Amino acid sequence: MIAAHLPALQVVIPLLAAPICAMLRRGSHAWAWTMVVSWAMPVIAFAILLQVLEGGTISYWLGSWEPPWGIEYRIDTVNAFVLVLVSVIGAVVMPYARASLEREMPADRQVWYYTMYLLCLAGLLGMAATGDAFNVFVFMEIASLSSYVLIALGRDRRALVAAYQYLIVGTIGATFYVIGVGFLYVMTGTLNIADLAERLPLVENQRPVLIALTFLIVGLSLKLALFPLHFWLPGAYAYAPSVATAFLAASATKVAIYLILRFFFTVFGGSYPLAGLGVPLVWIALSLAAIVLPSITAIYEKDVKRMLALSSVAQIGYITLGIGLLSEAGLTGSIVHLLNHGLMKGALFLLVGGIAYSKGAVTVDRIAGMARRMPLTFAGFVVAGLSMVGVPGTVGFVSKWYLVLAAIERGWWWLAILVVASSVLSLVYMGRLVEASYFRPSAPDSTDDQEMPRSMLASAWVLVAACVYFGLDTDLTVRVAAQAARTLLGTP
Amino acid sequence: MVDAIAHFSNWATVILMVIGLYVVLARGNLIKKLVGLSIFQTSVYLHYIGPGKIVGGTAPIIAEGFTVYSNPLPHVLILTAIVVGVATLALGLALVVLIHEAYGTIEEDEVLGREDDS
Amino acid sequence: MMHRETIPRVVTKLLFPYILLFALYVQFHGELGPGGGFQAGVIVAAAIILYGIIFGLQAAHRIAPPRLVEIMISLGVLIYGVVGVFGLLFGGNYLDYFVLDPDPVNGQERGIFWVEAGVLVTVSSTMVAIYYAFAGRGR
Repeated sequence: MIAAHLPALQVVIPLLAAPICAMLRRGSHAWAWTMVVSWAMPVIAFAILLQVLEGGTISYWLGSWEPPWGIEYRIDTVNAFVLVLVSVIGAVVMPYARASLEREMPADRQVWYYTMYLLCLAGLLGMAATGDAFNVFVFMEIASLSSYVLIALGRDRRALVAAYQYLIVGTIGATFYVIGVGFLYVMTGTLNIADLAERLPLVENQRPVLIALTFLIVGLSLKLALFPLHFWLPGAYAYAPSVATAFLAASATKVAIYLILRFFFTVFGGSYPLAGLGVPLVWIALSLAAIVLPSITAIYEKDVKRMLALSSVAQIGYITLGIGLLSEAGLTGSIVHLLNHGLMKGALFLLVGGIAYSKGAVTVDRIAGMARRMPLTFAGFVVAGLSMVGVPGTVGFVSKWYLVLAAIERGWWWLAILVVASSVLSLVYMGRLVEASYFRPSAPDSTDDQEMPRSMLASAWVLVAACVYFGLDTDLTVRVAAQAARTLLGTP
Repeated sequence: MVDAIAHFSNWATVILMVIGLYVVLARGNLIKKLVGLSIFQTSVYLHYIGPGKIVGGTAPIIAEGFTVYSNPLPHVLILTAIVVGVATLALGLALVVLIHEAYGTIEEDEVLGREDDS
Repeated sequence: MMHRETIPRVVTKLLFPYILLFALYVQFHGELGPGGGFQAGVIVAAAIILYGIIFGLQAAHRIAPPRLVEIMISLGVLIYGVVGVFGLLFGGNYLDYFVLDPDPVNGQERGIFWVEAGVLVTVSSTMVAIYYAFAGRGR
């Protein structure tokens, strides 16, 4: 009986756990409660994924109102995959959160952190699970509002400014999304995504539909930080609490990318009107700019968290590049990179948070020579860094492999070469960190550095190990991603 | 005439939308930016409710003598959007209060200037 | 200074119960006509905020203690959510009101009643909490 209600439980459990968490008074109680809830999420997500792989698309009617009138949670391979990604990252960072937050904020704020964290989790899972375009907006705002608070809870006062800027940009993005949905509603009279897909061909190529598409693309691109709409991201990620950065970097932008996939392929039906309007070409051009330009900035960046945030923008470029290629291989690469980037960037941000645990702000100069005193931290750094570069045997290689395949399929050799060559850029900035930490003499004031607490190391190393494991055993991730790509393209 | 009314609502939507967005982008005062953001969001309320109105239609409550009803769904959606807007505004103002306490100013350029010094 | 403003103080005391009563009217009329938890919640909050503006924040804290307000925010959401869970327990989907009563129409009414009650609790306390947060700053 429970199995049939999993889609609702996936969203409702964290949503209702949040107010209960808010009533707790001690940080440790709130942590224990959040821990239990967030570890239940991947269990549910995997159960849903299995159901979808075996039985096809799940449709859950909220309040038993029949869609398209009622709100429907509609889960196919694509969102099941996203649910797994978000809930796994959400669970893995929890053991890390306790020690990290105790260092970073007073006890009463910790309770609010965990409350907002649960709300953010509920919002992200809801965005992925729901099949109603307006419901997406509601969950998007739940996730966004709580993530503004998560960022503002950072210990630097610049976190406040970063959160404010993110609030302005995020609200504009979400409002653009609603405007787009409003146009679609006016034209089709429905908000259900599956129903929209059926009715849109009736009003094909009419101007309001094209305007709706424009608003949707711009709004969601703001949310997913597509170049050049990424300016809010480095500040927000750099000053948020370490664990919040890792969670948001690994999951929040990914859900926005999922929505782009949903609207491009399910609602607007693949190549219609996208190809005719030249959207894919512009999209690919922006993706390439996203891969190259922020990477160059990252090379000159001194603050390590900021550097990694810029690298996130570049990695998002790889994901959007695969979408722009409009082929099964490209989409497989994109979808698998959603997970892969989540794993490696999550790992890197957790490790940087561990260095910040003893050091405060982490700059390239400050980490000089630290690898000798924090061997486990920096070993993880090297592995996750190699994965970012895309060395064979790591997850980064798997996604780039599919992107290169897709480019060659289209006959675009220059693009394949560019994708491979762009790895050099990540090699340069990751190499700078490794060079500084391993080969430079340590700064005189750093003799008391030590490894972060074991609970934090464990979280980080789970993600590092996953980077290697899914780089070697690609069967599971790629199989699901390829099936998701076929679902989106509508090919069996 | 009917056409003109329909277009009037669209014009109002677009004008509010552009005013709001302009204020957000052009003003340096953090509070004024939030005011602009609110105007921008308000235009979206109109964007939904305008097309939901049917000329001569009444509130969708079944009663004797009425057969034409306006579409209630946009109102329900926008009620949610209004609540979201209030929450965003409250959170934004709270952040401005904290920024004022931390920096002693709410002018964006001064805030950013003080960051460069530190 | 405070005692010179006799008229607002007397009027507030007179109006206070009627504002609350009007809120209850809006709340319980919500199923039959325009109204409901959102509007009623804001009206309740308006009464308390008016009281706070006229008699000072301390007085408002006495009739609506901040800790109570904080708990009510969570409580309202929980009431809403638990109605949905009852739908599950009675064998329907989440937020299914049809199964709450043998007669589906009665079930709908019962579900809406409790959901609106949850909305009232959360909206009123959230509005008051926002007022407290801004008014209590910088003292």
